[in-house]
Amino acid sequence: MKVAVLAGGRTPERDVSLRSGHRVLVAMHELGHDAMLIDPAETPLAETLQERSPDLCYLTLHGKDGEDGTVQRLLDLLDIAYTGTSAFDCEIAFDKLLAKDALDRAGVRTPAWAPIEDAALRDLGGGAALSRAVERVGSPSVVKPSRSGSALGVSTVAREADLAAAVMAALSFSGGVVVEAAITGTEVAVGIIGTPGEVLPAVEIVPKGGTYDYAARYTAGATEYFAPARLADDVAGACADAAMAAWTALHLRDVTRVDMIVDGAGAPWVLEVNVSPGMTETSLLPMAAGAVGMGLGELCDAVIHSALGRRPTG
Amino acid sequence: MAELSIDRFVDLYAHRTSGMSASEVRALFAVAARPEVVSLAGGMPFVEALPTGDILDVVQEVVDQQGAMSLQYGGGQGHLGLRERLAGLMAAEGVIGDPDDMVITTGAQQALDLIGKIFIDPGDLIAVEAPAYVGALTAFGAYEPRYLQIEIDDDGMVVDHLQEAFVRGERPKFVYTCPNFGNPGGVTLSYARRRQLVSLCREAGVPIVEDNPYGMLRFEGEALPALRTLDPDNVLYLGTVSKVFSPGVRVGWALAEQSVVQRLVLAKEASDLCGSSFTMLMTERYFSDEARWRGNLATMTELYRSRRDAMLGAINEHFPDGAMWTHPAGGFYVWVTLPEWFDTRAMLAAAVERRVAYVPGTAFYPDGRGGNRMRLAFCYPPEERIREGVARLGDLLEDEQVLYRSLHP
Repeated sequence: MKVAVLAGGRTPERDVSLRSGHRVLVAMHELGHDAMLIDPAETPLAETLQERSPDLCYLTLHGKDGEDGTVQRLLDLLDIAYTGTSAFDCEIAFDKLLAKDALDRAGVRTPAWAPIEDAALRDLGGGAALSRAVERVGSPSVVKPSRSGSALGVSTVAREADLAAAVMAALSFSGGVVVEAAITGTEVAVGIIGTPGEVLPAVEIVPKGGTYDYAARYTAGATEYFAPARLADDVAGACADAAMAAWTALHLRDVTRVDMIVDGAGAPWVLEVNVSPGMTETSLLPMAAGAVGMGLGELCDAVIHSALGRRPTG
Repeated sequence: MAELSIDRFVDLYAHRTSGMSASEVRALFAVAARPEVVSLAGGMPFVEALPTGDILDVVQEVVDQQGAMSLQYGGGQGHLGLRERLAGLMAAEGVIGDPDDMVITTGAQQALDLIGKIFIDPGDLIAVEAPAYVGALTAFGAYEPRYLQIEIDDDGMVVDHLQEAFVRGERPKFVYTCPNFGNPGGVTLSYARRRQLVSLCREAGVPIVEDNPYGMLRFEGEALPALRTLDPDNVLYLGTVSKVFSPGVRVGWALAEQSVVQRLVLAKEASDLCGSSFTMLMTERYFSDEARWRGNLATMTELYRSRRDAMLGAINEHFPDGAMWTHPAGGFYVWVTLPEWFDTRAMLAAAVERRVAYVPGTAFYPDGRGGNRMRLAFCYPPEERIREGVARLGDLLEDEQVLYRSLHP
């Protein structure tokens, strides 16, 4: 089968995406596919895809254009099958402001949050509502760009006086910001693959520096991981249920990673979902698969088969 | 319950590697390197201005006349003929040095590393100008020093502050400074301060490490005497051909007294045995024709001068009130200071989104200060691109101010 692995792009996660893409490319070759890697920042994507006419695009683009529905819509137009969630649902899942709303409506537990949008600040005097955000969310809070990944632009705010600076920093990455209640507990990631979704064991994340920031994610050895997570059976079950509830609520497909925190009482709080989870050597999804004896090749194979099980959504 | 080993050597690494980690800024630079982005970040010399014929000539001569030697190991101190040529190059700046007192290094960067290696024990205090060249900080940082940071102003390092530290009893192992159009400050240490610095350090018994990559790229005004010229006994002088010829040949040097040179040579041999014979011989040949290198240097300097003018003009036009910047009389960089609340590190993402890049100020301080500052390099992009990049940055700064005001109603 002819597979185009899409990786790279123009976002700050470009390097991470290329690392993911190269690993998937190797896996594709090992599976015997005629695979090539296409970096949309290096090659005109639509033109190249029309020339090469692959049977399937394996998406390992991260961030804007790659996870927000943009590339998915283009592939729909070109009538090329691709791995992962549909364009519309990507748009919801990628934007934390929309995704948290959708999760909340579906009864999935997600930390209290307040939205802050660039346009509301500039044009609607939204700055006057900043104290309401603090009231709603409490302290400490975590300030995140609504449409970005890899913890870029994320900061923890303990004092209200620091909130404005954190909001400005996050707005550098995205037009919207989520101010979210900081939940103390164990950080875990739950992968789901295939159709219908198979839940993989939770991976526990223990950053040595205390915060799972960009450096902790991409410096080998900066974070300890446990797979499966060191959770009691009922808690692990609750995590799997929460992940599946998020998967269903957001209409996710083929492959996803749900990030959550398990609080002191053993309740999981869903923070976000990733429609194109990292596949690098320090990434969580391959670890989760490894915990059930599934190598990267088998993981990618499951994703491909799931995607090929349907026609491209025209 | 399996603990997954991402890096099975993680418990074995030396403590000095603890600061070597992935960073958001690096991630952003991966995007900033793309052609659609005007990069005012990198300090790359515009080597495209060197006539290809000149390079072909020197390569041809080396291959024809010193072919075997160019492919062989050399001595750790570096090829003597090259040291003689570089002594001549230094003399053009008034620095008198004996080729015996020089060691050729892989760029001046290696000299910085070797100086760290022979002088710094973990916990030792060293004094650096603040901001300082980021490569010096990373080179020294591997030897785990503590830092005494001496702020700069328009006249370079504020030597009074160093004096105050000495009065307090602080005794750094050495003082590091880049006195001519420094990186990133772009400022030049005034004559009065040069005198003050050398006499202060001589009295205190603290040597000075003088890093001079940009001294020959002067656009205006008279050259000031090197610190080494003012006090040959107490100054380790570092030079490089990276900015006056090519950084690709990786040729730099240290000039110091014999006892130091001997240690530097031993440290260098331990590190890489010797530099590249080929590029050393190539560099020697290049500088053997004075009319050639001076002609090319004059062309380059003129080019950098017009780029500096383009940048300063554009900054003047596009940057908002409250921004301040240096006016370099040479070199590659303009150093910008914004109102205190700016966070140039966080803002870099928005800048790259708008297709312009710079280096956030925090990179140039060991303790992460400088959050409201940025370095802009005018050396590489053509004037039109510089104007375009500065205009994009100016728009961003305006927008950030609007956003800031909206968050502080």
